[in-house]
Amino acid sequence: MSVLEIKDLHVSVETDQGTKQILRGVNLTINEGEIHAIMGPNGSGKSTLAYTIAGHPKYHVESGSIMLDGAEVLKMTVDARARAGLFLAMQYPVEIPGVTVTNFLRTAKTAIEGEAPPIRTWIKDVRQSMNNLRMDKTFAERNVNEGFSGGEKKRNEILQLELLKPKFAVLDETDSGLDVDALKIVSEGVNRAKANTGLGLLLITHYTRILRYIHPDFVHVFVNGRIAEQGGPELADRLEDEGYDRFLVPSNVG
Amino acid sequence: MSAASALSKSASKTVPAPSTPAAGASTLTPGQHGIKEHSDGRFGYVPVQTRSDRFKSVNVADFEAVTGREAVWKHSPVAKFTDLTADVLDGSRYLIESTSSADISVEWVPRTDARIGTAGLPEERAAANAWGVFDDALAITVSGEEAKEITVTRSALGNTARGAHTIIEAKPFSQATVILANTGDARISENIEIILGESANLTVVSLQEWDDSAVHLANHFASIGRDARLKHVVVSLGGSIVRVNPSVRLAGPGSDTLLLGLYFADAGQHLEQQVYVFHDAPKSRSRVNYKGALQGQDARTVWIGDVLIGNKAAGTDSYEQNRNLVLSEGTRADSIPNLEIETGDIVGAGHASATGRFDDEQLFYLQSRGITEEEARRLVVRGFLTEVVQQIGSPELEARLQLAIEAELIGTDDK
Ligand SMILES: Nc1ncnc2c1ncn2[C@@H]1O[C@H](COP(=O)(O)OP(=O)(O)OP(=O)(O)O)[C@@H](O)[C@H]1O
Ligand SMILES: [Mg+2]
Repeated sequence: MSVLEIKDLHVSVETDQGTKQILRGVNLTINEGEIHAIMGPNGSGKSTLAYTIAGHPKYHVESGSIMLDGAEVLKMTVDARARAGLFLAMQYPVEIPGVTVTNFLRTAKTAIEGEAPPIRTWIKDVRQSMNNLRMDKTFAERNVNEGFSGGEKKRNEILQLELLKPKFAVLDETDSGLDVDALKIVSEGVNRAKANTGLGLLLITHYTRILRYIHPDFVHVFVNGRIAEQGGPELADRLEDEGYDRFLVPSNVG
Repeated sequence: MSAASALSKSASKTVPAPSTPAAGASTLTPGQHGIKEHSDGRFGYVPVQTRSDRFKSVNVADFEAVTGREAVWKHSPVAKFTDLTADVLDGSRYLIESTSSADISVEWVPRTDARIGTAGLPEERAAANAWGVFDDALAITVSGEEAKEITVTRSALGNTARGAHTIIEAKPFSQATVILANTGDARISENIEIILGESANLTVVSLQEWDDSAVHLANHFASIGRDARLKHVVVSLGGSIVRVNPSVRLAGPGSDTLLLGLYFADAGQHLEQQVYVFHDAPKSRSRVNYKGALQGQDARTVWIGDVLIGNKAAGTDSYEQNRNLVLSEGTRADSIPNLEIETGDIVGAGHASATGRFDDEQLFYLQSRGITEEEARRLVVRGFLTEVVQQIGSPELEARLQLAIEAELIGTDDK
């Protein structure tokens, strides 16, 4: 049984105005098979948490730890983290000139498995997943994310999630920019991946609408660089009705 | 990175006087770019004179001293090769190594050879300087209808400032691949004439894997006869300053050319190519595809692509593109397509130019999928350049180039 354990994580970034503290003591444990939703206002540090887990060099970890099955993730290179079973579906996926989706997927799969996937089954798997995500097969020969619409980029992230089969995936606002049909398709993809591999999910979102399709076991409210409150799915409904104001007003008021 | 503008059925009858910018020539320069960076900010229209009206002479004294402000020189570090533009060059024979093939002769021929000057004439001073001095021309003559390949290697030119002349002739209906391989040191200005008889099918590959110190200025002049096909490939990997400018005249009806280029500039290298395609016959077809990668401080590339569709060239079809991939800070890529059309009857004419960056975010994205940094770079560059490599059509050379490109990437190219 895999566990991803984040303990007292403090993270800053360098800005023109000096060091800016973003994460201020994040504690979060995700077990295999669990779905955790993180909800919070703009700028609260949700993407920072996601990028820090993935190892983006821009984010400086001041203290704390991220353990994956007892191994310190913070000591691993970005690619080693992926090979250890972590996956980040990005809020803004990057365009890669010169590299086709096909080539990219095969190279990533080979890197993660340590050997090239058997060609026949691999091609079949890729086709099947693309088909499930309603991605036209012409995408396979296009350069990664180049000229993709916002929604197409998000599908491409979930395509990778399905094919690379991580132990834990962080989905950073995978729902934003999707119309309702695309949202359903993408959510189905995530649910399928979970059903197939039993991965643990950290679902970062602004809105509750994706939670209609992907049902969280736990909901965390993220404010000002830390988790302000946690609960079950019912907490999401409350947030839907009340918004984040309750968490934002200073405590000495009212 | 897709950026293309297609154009058809537009006409211009402007015939400007030589050496004055054409006010009304239909000269298209990059209008649309799917780019993130464009190093020189060269957008919109750049007036140029009709390309075929450029001054030509075999006499070096007919050209003013090179200042670096001339259209043909303004992107080049001219101060670094004043010997080639101003001094008297050594025009003697030099050592070549050649593979052999039935129906391909390789020999030195005198200046009086009737083929000399039939494919094109110098349009700048370094070319005229070389034209004036060569004792003998190297002539590679292809006959025979069977496919065959020959490699002519120059590896011992040394650092004497030289002028040289080469003729590559493909007799009517003949077929061959001619690879000109360049290694070692050099300071050379040269002219290469490529003459294709009726229905000939010729591939010429000019491969620059010079030492770090080499300076190579080349003008290739090709003349393509009726229904003949020229595939011309410029591969520039090694050398300090490498400037290979192919000019191709589609002289016979139904003539066809594919001009490919592949270059990888690393720190301090200047790699330049000024490509000119002149559609001078009906139903002629051209495709130009140059791709380059840049990596390292002051890696510099220049691509200028002029296509002129002359008034005799009804029913022609042309497309040119240049794409550059920037792999690090401190580089500069210029990419300047020009299209001039003098006939109202064309099938198609288009161009594309784009310069894209491989940056830290891309690296992070690939690494976040388990791919190592080294593999990520290799993936991007290989993916980018392979399109051109695969079109060369010589499996052995293609395999060799893939390795050479990877060596460039990790900086282990024997320098
Ligand atoms: N590289 C950076 N330089 C300066 N400030 C940064 C940088 N990265 C993040 N920040 C700041 O840190 C804070 C948290 O940003 P983050 O992207 O983690 O928020 P978020 O919760 O994901 O917001 P959103 O809901 O808009 O995606 C913001 O105030 C942001 O402006
Ligand atoms: Mg965010």
